[in-house]
Amino acid sequence: MGTRDCGHEISMSTPSPGEAGDTGDWRTARPTLRADLCLAVRQNDLACQLCWVYCPDVCVARGIPPTMDLRYCKGCGICAEVCPVDALRMVPEGSPSEGEP
Amino acid sequence: MSDALTVVMTGNEAAATAARLARVQVIAAYPITPQSPVVETLSKWVEDGELEAEMVRVESEHSALTVCIAAASVGARVFTATSANGLAYMNEQIWWAAGARVPVVMACANRAMAAPWNVLNDQQDSMSVRDAGWIQLYCRDNQEILDTTLQAFRLAESLHLPVLVCYDGFLLSHTVMPVEIPSEAAVDELLPRGRPLQVLDPLDPRNVGPVTLADPRPDPGGVLCHGYMELRALHHRALASALTAIPEVDNAFGRVLGRTFGGLSYGHLLEDAEVVLVAAGSLSLELGAVAESLRGEGIRAGVLGLRAYRPFPRDEVRTALRRRQLCLVFDKAMSYGHEGPICSDVRGALGGVPGAPLVYGAVAGLGGRDVTPGQLADTVRRAVADVRAGVRDRPEEWVNLRL
Repeated sequence: MGTRDCGHEISMSTPSPGEAGDTGDWRTARPTLRADLCLAVRQNDLACQLCWVYCPDVCVARGIPPTMDLRYCKGCGICAEVCPVDALRMVPEGSPSEGEP
Repeated sequence: MSDALTVVMTGNEAAATAARLARVQVIAAYPITPQSPVVETLSKWVEDGELEAEMVRVESEHSALTVCIAAASVGARVFTATSANGLAYMNEQIWWAAGARVPVVMACANRAMAAPWNVLNDQQDSMSVRDAGWIQLYCRDNQEILDTTLQAFRLAESLHLPVLVCYDGFLLSHTVMPVEIPSEAAVDELLPRGRPLQVLDPLDPRNVGPVTLADPRPDPGGVLCHGYMELRALHHRALASALTAIPEVDNAFGRVLGRTFGGLSYGHLLEDAEVVLVAAGSLSLELGAVAESLRGEGIRAGVLGLRAYRPFPRDEVRTALRRRQLCLVFDKAMSYGHEGPICSDVRGALGGVPGAPLVYGAVAGLGGRDVTPGQLADTVRRAVADVRAGVRDRPEEWVNLRL
């Protein structure tokens, strides 16, 4: 029943999806992509991908266009901040979305 | 040791020498009196190529300890030193180092806390971080500073606990005395590299110290992992195990270097003592001379010196103080609004012990106030007179207070 069998002496975890729970429900705004503006889509290539590079929670998957795992996205907005063409915008949760992430 | 070398040096040089002999790999520190010569000395050795270590210059003590925590987390042997407000500025990271169980060794040249500003000695700085979960060792002289700092690396790396090596600012940090420097070969034998609990490695990534909430929670693989309280219990147990490890390491070093320091505590004239004077650090040596002189006038005094303050050597204190008439605890610090911290701990250790002595407190040497053997002897005489007059308890005496 106890925790002694986990073998840890310190607080430690292996990075993996969901290790801190479903953190997507912390979100107050969601990253929303306008695919027609996304450089990867426009060039039909794995171009840019800065949102994937910068996402601190590994919620962005590389792709044409990149996709987001909203189950874990906390809505920090870094992806929208680094997007060079303003294709990603943060939309408050509960408002109608401008496009699919 | 035939190849040991005896050199006249300050306490700060003794601490720096120990770090060099331990072949520390990363040093980060910020200057503060009276500790500064420790890192100045190490810095010179690094610059001259005598010590192959990374000297990280930082803008604050908080960053100094942060660098040490980070370097220890990738498996480096690390060292830092500070005093007083520098130690206070580290406070957040002091707790982090302990909770993350990284083997940081830090020297603390004990100094009074501001305000008001004061650079001189007392022990308020280190006493104020006693609850963070570091091992705290107090030194009496410069040889003990060198040897204890070496021992600290072994304790830190075997128990996965940070260690604070405390010695009185100026009284030891800037006072020269002969110190035997062990050979590098002897130290290498005594300090094999320890294995950290977790080495950060990009090829096998881990989150160290992630959010750990109240209750145990299964990891994504379904293994039930500790909650916050389980980790704190493990930490507490590790400190308790230091009660065994500190004397063991002292003895292991003694077998190679030919000297030991008493493990957790040391006694002077204790055997038949009716009045036991308790202190930590250089004051305990001075109290030894005081006890000797008091015996000439019929007061059977002895000294119990604390080498380990955390973990607190409760059993040794109980054994040493049972069936005495009076225990007079000298603190160079206060828990303001209550009493001296060592005094509180001694009282706590003796609670419910049959044959426990009366415990009186005395506060001495705050902010570098001189404490002469004559004043200490007077304090003991007054305490003995109070015991004979049937006083069971009294407020602590402030030695040489001129209010």
